[in-house]
Amino acid sequence: MADLLEADQPLLIADSLSKSYGRIAACREVSFSLYPGEVLAIVGESGSGKSTLLQLLSGQLAPSGGHVSYRMRDGVTRDLAALGEAERRLLFRTDWGFVHQDPAQGLRMAVSAGANVGERLMAVGWNHYGRIRESASDWLTRVEIDVARIDDAPRTYSGGMRQRLQIARNLVTGPLLVFMDEPTGGLDVSVQARLLDLLRTLVAELHLAVVIVTHDLAVARLLSHRVMVMKGGRVIETGLTDQVLDDPREPYTQLLVSSILPP
Amino acid sequence: MNAPAYNFAYLDEQTKRMIRRAILKAIAIPGYQVPFASREMPMPYGWGTGGVQVTAAILGPQDVLKVIDQGSDDTTNAISIRKFFAKTAGVGTTTATDQATVIQTRHRIPEAALHENQVLVYQVPIPEPLRFLEPRETETRRMHALAEYGLMHVKLYEDIARFGHIATAYAYPVKVNARYVMDPSPTPKFDNPKMDNCPALQLFGAGREKRIYAIPPYTQVVSLDFEDHPFEPYRFNAPCALCGAENSYLDEIVTDDRGSRMFVCSDTDYCEGRQAAGHHGALSAAPYKDKAQGDANG
Amino acid sequence: MTAMIDIAGANKTFTMHLQGGIELPVVRGVTFHVDPGECVVLSGPSGAGKSSILKMIFGNYRCDSGRIGIRHRGEIINLATAEPRQVLNVRRSTIGYVSQFLRAVPRVATIDVVAEPLIAGGMTRADAQARAGALLHRLNIPERLWPLPPATFSGGEQQRVNIARGFISDLPILLLDEPTASLDAANRAIVVELVAEKKRRGVAMVAIVHDDEIRHLIADRIVDVTGFAAAA
Repeated sequence: MADLLEADQPLLIADSLSKSYGRIAACREVSFSLYPGEVLAIVGESGSGKSTLLQLLSGQLAPSGGHVSYRMRDGVTRDLAALGEAERRLLFRTDWGFVHQDPAQGLRMAVSAGANVGERLMAVGWNHYGRIRESASDWLTRVEIDVARIDDAPRTYSGGMRQRLQIARNLVTGPLLVFMDEPTGGLDVSVQARLLDLLRTLVAELHLAVVIVTHDLAVARLLSHRVMVMKGGRVIETGLTDQVLDDPREPYTQLLVSSILPP
Repeated sequence: MNAPAYNFAYLDEQTKRMIRRAILKAIAIPGYQVPFASREMPMPYGWGTGGVQVTAAILGPQDVLKVIDQGSDDTTNAISIRKFFAKTAGVGTTTATDQATVIQTRHRIPEAALHENQVLVYQVPIPEPLRFLEPRETETRRMHALAEYGLMHVKLYEDIARFGHIATAYAYPVKVNARYVMDPSPTPKFDNPKMDNCPALQLFGAGREKRIYAIPPYTQVVSLDFEDHPFEPYRFNAPCALCGAENSYLDEIVTDDRGSRMFVCSDTDYCEGRQAAGHHGALSAAPYKDKAQGDANG
Repeated sequence: MTAMIDIAGANKTFTMHLQGGIELPVVRGVTFHVDPGECVVLSGPSGAGKSSILKMIFGNYRCDSGRIGIRHRGEIINLATAEPRQVLNVRRSTIGYVSQFLRAVPRVATIDVVAEPLIAGGMTRADAQARAGALLHRLNIPERLWPLPPATFSGGEQQRVNIARGFISDLPILLLDEPTASLDAANRAIVVELVAEKKRRGVAMVAIVHDDEIRHLIADRIVDVTGFAAAA
């Protein structure tokens, strides 16, 4: 892990990213670099532009200004906008993951858990049922889902299980970068704790770079190395997670931090 | 022409040209679904409006037409389409596979080997093989464009997970010319191997869905599968009860209200041909063995 | 220069925006150094800024001006201006911090809480757990508690788990914030032993200790922070 964190080449670079809808600027001049194995939390309240930023970073939304670059497996850093659609989609099925807040958006609800996990493998040409199933079983175990449920559709799963299944589905191809949009939102507190712990372990074990959008500062503290605080589409404060949360500088960040109920 | 109120083969010439252009494009890109401006036909959707338009566009006065429905020449659908073209185009019709130049079919490929001077026209209800897993047409088109076919294997995976083997028995997905994944219309997977390297031209028309696609002669057609669960054509336990054929596709016929049944060739022409040549099955003395000739009267 | 920590003219002020933007000066002109194998104890009354200084050295509090030089892998890094990534690297391989309170993740077993820094440093799980077990044993945490998450432990037990986690790795700098606060005499003595062992290995330490006896036992030098107190 030490080597990865000290890798001197960023994996993802945002360069003055902006997005406006008419006169409304959802995201203004956001720049940062994300390194392999690094977890960056984007915090802020609803409407602060954090979800828009996530969509810009993951190439799902075209920016009005600025660029996103990603270092491909061949070591060449390329502008996402210059990638062909086939390349971008391949990236999304292999090197990248995206964990949605609502698992129904990230899963095929009518298809068995095993096939949900196996889909990305089949998409990159795995053609051996036994091996696909073995890999799916392995991943279900890693996300603490009973392998006996492998043939059940996620419709029959609880909210926490669905979210864990979505994570397995994303991680099966060994991605380098995972985007997460409020992954613990909408879950019970006890279920949240379990999921956070699991995420934390997996992120460390797999040396994942993560961009996680959350309004929950406790999630940011537990998972992230670095925090970006957004307000009105702008990044108003950024730094080490514990630094920003323990020694917030900006008025808005101080307000956010002081709004947390003591544990 | 014996039906002067209609243009030859019912459709006007401009429409036929439009359909022919779509067919040519379909032949040029094997397995690719070409959109076309499907017309209203004097029959309901689901009765072969796509196949009929394709047939209308390719028929010439010298053609001999055969129409089958589930392999049979004498079902309502087959007979009415055959009569339709006999009336509007005045072409000759036949039930004999080897004498036909155009064969329109619903759900079967004839047992007799096709040859180079034949065109097989399939009636297709749903042309999109990815539809049931990905309902968005915009997305499935993109998947075809980028040859992203992992999803097709998800369906086969589900089959094995649920039934222990690939249980898809009809509309079994194929890859055409190593590029496009195609739905071979609801033919039984028994017929899939006949599509591969077939000397005849195969055209597919979906009227409601407004799509035409094609397999040119001698084109590679591979049924999708897994390495450890290879494609297996369906096999029957018994030979045809009428003609004794051991390698044809059989229909199950219930013969009384006490559960008795018999299995007979679904391809009536093939079965009758064999019986005429002296082949016999276990029940070939059945009372309805009388042979229908030409345009059977129902 | 051979000092592990070299702080010069470091200033820290909190601006409380929610209280009308009042400025709360914490420390000014903090200047001292710590050599390898040396334990410097910060002294001064409550509120004089001892904990803030420790947090500045750890990079947890930002520094408004001045420099906080840390010897990291043979090079001096100024934490006052370092990039977040550099700070993380310094924490991973140079500075350890033993706080008063354990911030544990639910569901993680005590043995793994303690072993984690070693695993993060690349040791195999089995080796790390073996070392964690030995340290927990020494700190009188009974083996039956090892598989349990420490969240339900008593204050003293949690503190000892925390100490084990802080002392387990071989980092060249350790910051100790009241490491013996809620411990009994026997366990305090063990902590004193652990500090002495670290010194012998050349570890530079900065500590805050209120107990005079312990301070006397571990301090090589005392830095009085009253001199750095910012005039409010």
